[in-house]
Amino acid sequence: MPSSVRVKTLRIDDLDVAGDEQQTIFDVAVEHAIPIPTLCHLDGLGAVGACRMCLVEVTSANQTRLQPACATPIEEGMQIVTNSPRLQEYRRMILELLFAEGNHVCAVCVSNGHCELQGLAQSLGMTHVRFPYHYPQRSVDASHRRFVVDHNRCILCTRCVRVCAEIEGAHTWDVMGASSQTQVITDLNQPWAEAETCTGCGKCIHVCPTGALFEKGYSVAEMHKRRQFLPYLRAMREREP
Amino acid sequence: MTRRIEINPVTRIEGHAMISLHLDDAGLVQQAHLHVNQLRGFEQFCVGRPFYEMPALMARICGICPVSHLVAASKACDELLAVQVPPTATKLRRIMNLAQIIQSHALNFFHLSAPDLLLGMDSDPTQRNLFGLLQSHPERARDGIRLRQFGQQIIEQLGGKRIHPGWIVPGGVNEPLSKAHREQMLGMIPAALAIIERTLTWFPPLLDQFRAEIQTFGNFPSLFVGLANHQGTLEHYDGGIRVMDSAGNSIAQWLEPNHYADYIGEAVEPDSYLKSPYYKPLGYPDGMYRVGPLARLNLVDRCGTPRADAALTAFNARYPRPVLSSFLYHYARLIEIMYGIEQIELLLNDPDILSEHVRAFAEPNRSEGIGVSEAPRGTLIHHYRIDGQGLVTYANMIIASGNNNLAMNRGILQAARHFVHGTEIKEGMLNRVEAVIRAFDPCLSCSTHAAGAMPLHICLHAPDGRLLHELWRE
Ligand code: SF4
Ligand code: SF4
Ligand code: FES
Repeated sequence: MPSSVRVKTLRIDDLDVAGDEQQTIFDVAVEHAIPIPTLCHLDGLGAVGACRMCLVEVTSANQTRLQPACATPIEEGMQIVTNSPRLQEYRRMILELLFAEGNHVCAVCVSNGHCELQGLAQSLGMTHVRFPYHYPQRSVDASHRRFVVDHNRCILCTRCVRVCAEIEGAHTWDVMGASSQTQVITDLNQPWAEAETCTGCGKCIHVCPTGALFEKGYSVAEMHKRRQFLPYLRAMREREP
Repeated sequence: MTRRIEINPVTRIEGHAMISLHLDDAGLVQQAHLHVNQLRGFEQFCVGRPFYEMPALMARICGICPVSHLVAASKACDELLAVQVPPTATKLRRIMNLAQIIQSHALNFFHLSAPDLLLGMDSDPTQRNLFGLLQSHPERARDGIRLRQFGQQIIEQLGGKRIHPGWIVPGGVNEPLSKAHREQMLGMIPAALAIIERTLTWFPPLLDQFRAEIQTFGNFPSLFVGLANHQGTLEHYDGGIRVMDSAGNSIAQWLEPNHYADYIGEAVEPDSYLKSPYYKPLGYPDGMYRVGPLARLNLVDRCGTPRADAALTAFNARYPRPVLSSFLYHYARLIEIMYGIEQIELLLNDPDILSEHVRAFAEPNRSEGIGVSEAPRGTLIHHYRIDGQGLVTYANMIIASGNNNLAMNRGILQAARHFVHGTEIKEGMLNRVEAVIRAFDPCLSCSTHAAGAMPLHICLHAPDGRLLHELWRE
């Protein structure tokens, strides 16, 4: 740890804690085994704050605001609540919106039973979706020899974009469009098979929290994602001169 | 408004079996239609999906026989991969398919039909169900529950999840059988055999009370269609299609299941979106055929297992082949249960059954795949085409209940001619129609209401389509 790091003290729930100034609220919470649900965040990838699942109540200078724990650096004297009826309600609502805006048929999904979205819905007690389903018309690109992207299940967390750019260094994935037309694309929105930058490494498949990215040849519930490689790769990269 | 309403979506959602009857100009019932499963839409739903999803998706067609769809869909996918499924995987799939047939037959016989058979068709409808049976014939009701559990537990031991197992996959199965599970399943066999032996002892003599029903009840000439293997014995998983006429002559000994489109036509009835399959060489509607347990027993030379063969011999001594009365589907189900249990035991004792090699992996090597198997209710056909990426471009399914469609309507028509006088349907028709439907055991969600009477809605229409009379039963 560089010597210039400054330590900040703050309070998370009922615990007085301290962290270095480069840490996020989420990092410090994890160190103290305080659970905060996340979805777009993945240890080893840059933070984007895309999903808002990790919202916490932050009181600082007499003002309380909702902030994404994964993307908010700690500050001296912060008072943080990680779990309240309001937060639970918002988190559930976010999940419901995610389900309502895609096409999720878990029963036939390769990720059924190993899906982070589905897992959160279970652990956060989402029993139904109160918003009307959009049933968007979205495509499946199975042009790649080994991989498939099913946009019906994509929640636009951008983990694939980040792992591809930050770790693999290929930057095949990116995001296109706005609002309900937003989608992830390979290269300049070409079929995946024609994306020349793709090295075929498969990292995107394994960081994707849902069944949107998967390997061919797997049947329902068979796609187990392995992410152990990430912190290791990240550490290796940071060691480079 | 004098136009009739053919399909009433509200009553469908509530799970009524809807039947429309049409009078001809002479005032005779000319046509009867039972509106069964709406598969339309489902086939469309598959288009654009990766073919690997098909088995799980297809298992959702029907909550009653998901395993059957899983089997036929996976067989179609095996063809897309163009792989040789490891022999152990084939045997394991066979076990699961038989377990599904046993549990489905047990459900029909004990839970749904036995109340009619043991308590009488005209007995109090509030008692004419499994609960009534538990009071009047507790041993028999319990036998039924146990036998159904036997089938369900085998499915569970193999697939982990009872209702929609994802264990059967393109290329094989996704997990080998463990020694412990095999022992557990083998341990359940003797009790299951004892139940079916008992049932085959008390049921046949009871049929003396149903002479009239056997005579009149869906008793008509038709073709019989089903799978049989090279030994001429019962076959629910592979084999070739046999066709027999109503005099017992073999019309076709071995038709390649994959060429089904050459010999099975699908007529679309006017005023209905139901497809009615028929045997093409005889045309429509003469090519009407029956599938399912009775058809299979008519078609095969013998069952292929000792106890089931003895039961089949006894059956045919009393009812010579070809057996035409649909009422005897009940009897046929019991013989098939016997066969299923014996066959599962044989398969479990196969020296290779614990082999770890249970799945073949490949990229798709063909653009078209057809899977045919025997479901509890009869021959089931799944047919897919895929594009170069492995996405489905076409799906067609012929489901067992669809196969029986023409014959079932024929049985209902027989009943209707009895019970329709002038422009009115007599009350007694409801029970009769219910019993006809039960004999065929179509996979209507309403037909599996174990408690209470089957919800029915019968409409009588004039030649010009006017609704003359309707009967409801909740
Ligand atoms: S991605 Fe997750 S939530 Fe979506 S269908 Fe698959 S299992 Fe369900
Ligand atoms: S494809 Fe997967 S990883 Fe990429 S944005 Fe969509 S859900 Fe996230
Ligand atoms: S996990 Fe923090 S915003 Fe997504």
